[in-house]
Formats: sequence, structure tokens, C-alpha cells
Amino acid sequence: MTSTGVDAVAELAHRLLPAAGVVTDRARLRTYECDGLAHYRVTPALVVIPEDSDQLAAIVRACAEQQVPYVARGSGTGLSGGALPHAEGVLVVTSRMRTIREVRREDQRAVVDPGVINLDVTRAATPHGYYYAPDPSSQQICSIGGNVAENSGGAHCLKYGFTTNHVVGADFVTPTGDTVRLGGDAPDAPGYDLLGAVVGSEGTLGIVTTVTVKLTRLPEEVRTLLVGFESTDQAGAATSAMIAAGIVPAAVEMMDALAIEAAEAAVQCNYPDGAGAVLVIELDGAAEDVAAEYADVERLCAENGSFEQRLATDPTDRALIWKGRKSAFAAVGRISPDYIVQDGVIPRTALPEVLSAIAELSGSSGVRVANVFHAGDGNLHPLVLFDDAIEGAGEAAEKVSGAILDLCIEHGGSITGEHGVGMDKAKYMPRMYTDDDLDTMQLVRCAFDPAGISNPGKLFPTPRLCGEVPGRHKGAHPLQEAGLAEVF
Amino acid sequence: MTTDVRDDAVREALGSACDEVRDPGPRDRVDGVEPGLVARPTSTEQVAEVMRAAAAHGLSVVPRGRGTKLSWGTPPRSADVLLDLGAMDRVLDHAAGDLIVAAQAGTPLQEVQRVAAGGDQRLTLDETVPGGTVGGVLATNASGARRTGFGTARDLLIGITMVRADGVVAKAGGRVVKNVAGYDIGKLLIGSAGTLGVIVDATFRLHPVPPSSRWVSAPVSDPRHALELAQTAVHSQVVPAAVEIGWDGDAGQVSVLLEGRADGVSARVDRLRELLGAGATDDARPPAGGAAYPWDVTASGDDRSTALKLAFCLSGLADVLAAASAAGASVRGSAGSGVLYAALPASKALDATSSAVTTLREACLRHGGSAVVVDAAAAVKQAVDMWGPVPALDLMRRVKDQFDPDHRLAPGRFVGGI
Ligand SMILES: Cc1cc2nc3c(=O)[nH]c(=O)nc-3n(C[C@H](O)[C@H](O)[C@H](O)COP(=O)(O)OP(=O)(O)OC[C@H]3O[C@@H](n4cnc5c(N)ncnc54)[C@H](O)[C@@H]3O)c2cc1C
Repeated sequence: MTSTGVDAVAELAHRLLPAAGVVTDRARLRTYECDGLAHYRVTPALVVIPEDSDQLAAIVRACAEQQVPYVARGSGTGLSGGALPHAEGVLVVTSRMRTIREVRREDQRAVVDPGVINLDVTRAATPHGYYYAPDPSSQQICSIGGNVAENSGGAHCLKYGFTTNHVVGADFVTPTGDTVRLGGDAPDAPGYDLLGAVVGSEGTLGIVTTVTVKLTRLPEEVRTLLVGFESTDQAGAATSAMIAAGIVPAAVEMMDALAIEAAEAAVQCNYPDGAGAVLVIELDGAAEDVAAEYADVERLCAENGSFEQRLATDPTDRALIWKGRKSAFAAVGRISPDYIVQDGVIPRTALPEVLSAIAELSGSSGVRVANVFHAGDGNLHPLVLFDDAIEGAGEAAEKVSGAILDLCIEHGGSITGEHGVGMDKAKYMPRMYTDDDLDTMQLVRCAFDPAGISNPGKLFPTPRLCGEVPGRHKGAHPLQEAGLAEVF
Repeated sequence: MTTDVRDDAVREALGSACDEVRDPGPRDRVDGVEPGLVARPTSTEQVAEVMRAAAAHGLSVVPRGRGTKLSWGTPPRSADVLLDLGAMDRVLDHAAGDLIVAAQAGTPLQEVQRVAAGGDQRLTLDETVPGGTVGGVLATNASGARRTGFGTARDLLIGITMVRADGVVAKAGGRVVKNVAGYDIGKLLIGSAGTLGVIVDATFRLHPVPPSSRWVSAPVSDPRHALELAQTAVHSQVVPAAVEIGWDGDAGQVSVLLEGRADGVSARVDRLRELLGAGATDDARPPAGGAAYPWDVTASGDDRSTALKLAFCLSGLADVLAAASAAGASVRGSAGSGVLYAALPASKALDATSSAVTTLREACLRHGGSAVVVDAAAAVKQAVDMWGPVPALDLMRRVKDQFDPDHRLAPGRFVGGI
């Protein structure tokens, strides 16, 4: 069933790569059939695992020549089906490109290959007093290339931003197989900010290879506080009070009772008994400032009804507090056989309203929803629980999950804050954007990938036919514009 | 398909597209280029109508905010219509609880700051030329001292509305800080000099205004010393909001901005003064009068200094400063980000200016960066390569061709003749 195009790519791959780097065996191909969103499964026609960017570019070039679709894959932890393979295409896996090339404290930069694990960048920088700020909960396994593609965030993006704020340059293999440099080691490279468009493009514009990231100074002082409230309303009000007081914590994370129950069952994180909600608040920075902010946070939480506050006094305590939060997704498996991890965003001030609407949805449908979220920036991760063994339960959960996204859109938010659109949410894009908005985004796609072979079928509900651009030019001779006859 | 701009048909088409259409005055020139007509729309719909009329009649269009940086870049090949966004000057929304602000493109940055200040908040984007508008700041990717601590427009913009060359209105991003749905068109528009689309409104994230701020400065006597102090500041634990340098001849001053709570700031001031050595002082006012650029932003025509933006990796500071001394440039900017601005006097001879640009560019390129001539007298702009090497230029051209296939928007103002 593989086409001749794929055969040609496979032949090249066999010539270029060691045997372990080319997978054609059906059983082994199936190990790549899904990413972190396991209910979509497609077996790729071919998997290649290049060892360097030259090999990777050669494979992409062959795909371009043969018009064979390809999909990049880092660690396969994506939660929107972004790395879902194409049945007649090639899956290009970066897991053998894991070299950290440079850590330059003096420039606050690290240069890493795309398969490098997020946490390893921080590990390499820590001896120099630095770290890599974006910290998705999957940071022990997800790749920098995947982070770039998804513009991944983490618990600390409230203060430090997302991947896009920390990536300054990348070598990039275009869907025509050319390697170009986007951005630079230094800021503000001349020309369009193509890197800005590539970050978050979910592998649909091409594949990033070597990436230059910004390193962030490790804070002098970190205080992590676990606060118990009776209700999510109280915890939300405390969050608002902090923001209103001009405090920008490094992180403010919220979990509701059901999410706490799951985390307790899974990792015994020992969160406050009987809490309707907990906040994990982290303050970091210069020692004097953190001390002053901490006093305010303590007071504001108390004023908004906290019944227990626990300050982590050592790294072990801090790790335990974070363990409860960071394991929340997987932990839900302890209280429900199946679940959907939703990812939506609302303006933070709409939190109480949206949470009660979610509770209503849950009540009227009988579908349980556990809430875990980045309260500081309004990024919700409702976990919609169901049992697939019960007929119709999956559909009911899917419906509730979709209705939650509608709530986000109604409140002026987004259908995804960090997990991406991928395969999963392409159908929701028209609810958030007009046809014209989507058409405009597709112009970018057409510029990078006119043949539509780089991760097709993701992000957009329908592809755009790129067509030739009209050749009408105004003013300058095309040669002059092309720089072949520059008039200085 | 090109029509005479002052044709009745054209005038009529533009007139019905937008409230105000007039003949250009002397102040409407775009870096020496006389526009055909000036159109001043009052709404997004009118901008769209103007663009549709321009498309129908084959007219080139150059967008303008308040014109404070309109002479930047290369002069346009033509400017049939000067699209003046000055009438679209409203702050659309300030949601203090959500820390966001939305404003029309023609809104002066100062007005945005005034509104945000009502909630003790600010858009942490320094005004570099007085009077600049939201659209102009975005289109030129202007940034000031606080970029070291807070980033630039690309780190603060969360949503944008644009009008395409074909008159289609499109939005990207939204009004929440966290949002990864779809391509980040906003980033493409930042620094695009009006060549990809007309920015009509923008939404930004805000920061609380810090209750206290203070500058700690120390003199530096040679490039190595400047590098040493700048490195001390960036690697310190005082969380600098800015690490600036001023450099003239062969000496200068490193200045660090500390912001935050009063008690925190005063403790950090003490620590930093110790780190920077005996000569360090502190002051509430910014150094060197606070101006962002080392050139006179009000100069025009042949009186303009040759103004450059220098970017480099932080460790290249000493080398770049030495090059500036050799080139006879005065320099000011963010040592903490690796972005400096350099001015060569307007009086400098053409060939000396050319070789000074080369000297500066070579130094920046050695340190992973770039040197772009942002503004200069016409003769200089013609004589020098304004941009230097532009990696991925072909891909940029393809983006331009998709967004503006007829090259109607600000033709010739950008890299590679885009
Ligand atoms: C338990 C768990 C917790 C998570 N927590 C978070 C979180 O807190 N925050 C968050 O943002 N995400 C989170 N995620 C989602 C996921 O980890 C991120 O999206 C991550 O960035 C994906 O990286 P990956 O290497 O696994 O990419 P993959 O899943 O392999 O790929 C993701 C996308 O990137 C593309 N891609 C991969 N490599 C490249 C490349 N080199 N060039 C171009 N495109 C490429 C793929 O085509 C695909 O579209 C979590 C996932 C799990 C399973």
C-alpha cells in the first residue's frame, strides 16, 4: 500500500542512515502510530530517525521531490495529535538528534539540537547559574523541537512567557528541503520575524533543527506556597487580589477538589484536607522583594478565606507541592478509567463565571470534570472523566469537552493555551476565527509550503490551494527587487 | 493598470472609501517621496475600503501613524496613497483585572500609557521617539531600555487586526495572554515597515507600575571595562529592568535600572553599587537625559545623522564599542540585551560614513548579530547597504508575495527591496 514516492524516500534513507534509523517493519511502524493523544492512531508508511540536520534535510528534500507528505515528531508527548503520522507519508523523528552544542553563560544562550529534552537544557545551564524558563509539565520527556512547534508553556509562563519568548534563532528545513537560518543568536535580526511565525506552527511550516534559546538567571530566592481554600471562588478571588496588588508571581496554579483527590490517590502529595481548591503560588526574584511580596500574598490569601497555608521550606517540600500539580493529568487515571485533557483559555477575571458554568455542564450531563489550571493567566485544563466501557460515555464526555471550549470562546478566550490545535481542534478553529482570519494564516502556509506536504491536515479545518501568485508588479523591475540588480 | 492618482475616478473611489481624502502638503512626504493623495480613514472598514479602491486602481499605499519614524528604512518606490491612521486614535479597551489593553493603530503610545496608568499599569514598551503611535511602534519594532527586563513588542503583543493589501480584514491572536491557536501573524507584522498589511488595532499585555525605580550608574573608561560591568549587572541577582550603556569617543557609562517595591529596590541599589565599584552612583532620573537614541530625532533631510541599530551577543559588547570608537560613532542602548543604537554625524563624508558602517557591521556580525542603517540622509541611503546580510530573504519574499502579490504596500521600504 506504500506508494512509489515513499519507496524512493525509503531507498534514500537506507543509503544515508544506519539501519536503526529507518523503520519499515509494520510492527515497529505501529509504535509510532500516536502521540500523547492516544485515541487518534495512524500507522505511518515510513519512519526515519536522522542523526543530524544534513540527513534530515536530505529526507525532506526527497519528500519534496516525490511530493510525499511528512510529519515531524519529537518525543511524541503532544496532546493535540500534532505528531499523528500520515498513512502515506514519512514520520521524521528527531530522537537521535540530542546534542547540546553550546551553553554560553556570557551570552545567556544555549544552542541545542531539536531532539534535546527540555529539562536537559536546564540541567546543562544550572551549573552556570542559569536555566531554560519554559517548563511544561512534560519537561522530563518532551523535546525542544516539539516545544518550538507547539509554543509550549508551563507553570511559570505567567511571569516568564512561553517558548516563543525564549527562542531567538533556529536552523530550519523548509518543506522544499532548503536549510535556512531564522532569527539569530543576537536579537532583532533584520527582515520579517519568520521565527515568530514558525514557533507555534505545529510542524506545518517546516522542521526546526538546531535551536538557539535564551537562558534565564536562576532566581536568588524562591518561595513556594500551598494554600487551601474552601472553594474555587475563594481561590480565584485571592488570585485576583494578588494581581490587583501589582504582584506577578512566577506561578499561580489552581486545582479543585476532584483534581486534588486524584493527585492524592496517585502521588500522596498531602494537600490540605477537605480543601475545595488549592493554589500553588510561587514567588521568585531578589531576596528582599520576595520577602515583601510573600507577606502580601499571605495576607491576601487569608483575607480571601484560606484555611491553611504551607510554605515549602526546603527543596523536598517544594518538589512535593509541585508533584501534586505536575502529575495531575496522569493522576486522574486513578479516579477514572478514561479522561479527556482539555486546554482552553479565558480572561482571568471570567474565572468564577466559567467555573460555575462548567459545574453546571457537569451537573446536567452527569459527566464529572476535574479542574486543574494556570489560574494566573486563565489557562484552564478541565479533565473530563468517563468510562469508555459504558456505551455513549465517550460521546457524552466529548460533548462536555466541546462545550467547555465554546465557553472559552464566548468569554473572549482561546481554544488552546498551550497544547495546540493539531488534529484534535482543527474543527474548532472556525469558531474562534473567521474565514478571512484563517485564510490569512494560510497565506503563511502557502509561502512556506506551497505543496502542502509538511504535516498536512493539522491546524486548519480545510487546506487552501496555494496557486501561483499573480505576476503583476508595481514600480521596480523584478530583477531589481530580487536583489540581482540592486540600485545602491 | 497603473492610473494617475489625481485622476477624478481615483479621487472619487478613495473619497467614497473614506471620510477624508486630500492633496498632500509638504509634511506628507515619505522620506522625500511626494504622495499622490492622503487618505485619512476613521474606521477599520474605511481602511479596508481604501485598500480595495487602491487594489482596483493599481495604487501603491504607504501607511503612516504620526510619522515620527516615517523616514526610517529605504524611501518607497512610490506612494500613490498615504494612508494616515492618525484619526484612528482610540484606546478600545483596558481590562485592568486581566492586565490587557487594546488600542487603534493611530493611538499615541502616550495615550495608551495614560489609560493604563489609571489602573496602576503600564505597557512596558518605552517610547523612543516622542509622539509615536501604536501602529508605528509595531511596524518599526521600536524598543527602549526596558527590553532587557520585559522584552520587546513581540513579547507584549497578544492580538492584532490587520487589513490586507486586498482589503480583507483579518485578526490573529486575541485578548488573552496565553493562546496558541493558529499562526502568530502579529509577530510577522512587527517590524514589517508597513509592507505586509495595515495594522489597524492591537492588544497588549500590561504590567503593574512598580512603586519604585532607581538608576545605578558607573563610568567606564574602556570597552573591556564596559563589558565587565555589563556582565556583572546581567549575571547579578538584582533583577535589572534595564542595563544601558552610553558611549562616546572612548569612554562612557553603564546604567542599570532597578524597579519594584521601595524596600526591595533600595536594598538592591546598595548591592549593585557595591558590585559596580567605587565610582557607582544612584539617581531617580535616567542617564543622559533619558533619550533612547544618540541622534536628533527631529532632524530631517540632509541634516539627519546616519542612525544605526546594532545587535550582537552580549559578550561582543567590548568589540562593538571598540568598533564604534574607531568609526567615530556615539552609541547608546541596551548592553543587557545586545541592542545598541549608533549615530554617525550628518557632516561625515560619504565614504567615511560608508566605511564606518562597514566597521560597525563587521563587529556585529562577528558576534552573531547585525547592523542596520535605520535612517540617514538620502545620499547615505543610496551609497550604503542599509541592511547587511539578511538570512532567509527568499522566504521573506515569498511571504510578501502571498500577502501582497502586487507589491502595493510600502513598496521598496524593506529588506531586499521588499
Ligand atoms: C503529561 C503531560 C504534560 C504536559 N504538560 C504540558 C504543559 O504543561 N505545557 C505545555 O505546553 N504542554 C504540555 N504537554 C504537551 C506536550 O508535552 C508539549 O506540546 C511538547 O512541546 C511536545 O513536545 P514533543 O517533543 O513530545 O513533540 P511531539 O508530540 O513529538 O510533536 C508535537 C508537534 O511538534 C511538531 N514537531 C516536533 N518536532 C519538531 C521539529 N523539530 N520541528 C518542527 N515541528 C516539530 C510535531 O509535528 C507536532 O506537530 C504535556 C504533555 C503530557 C503528556
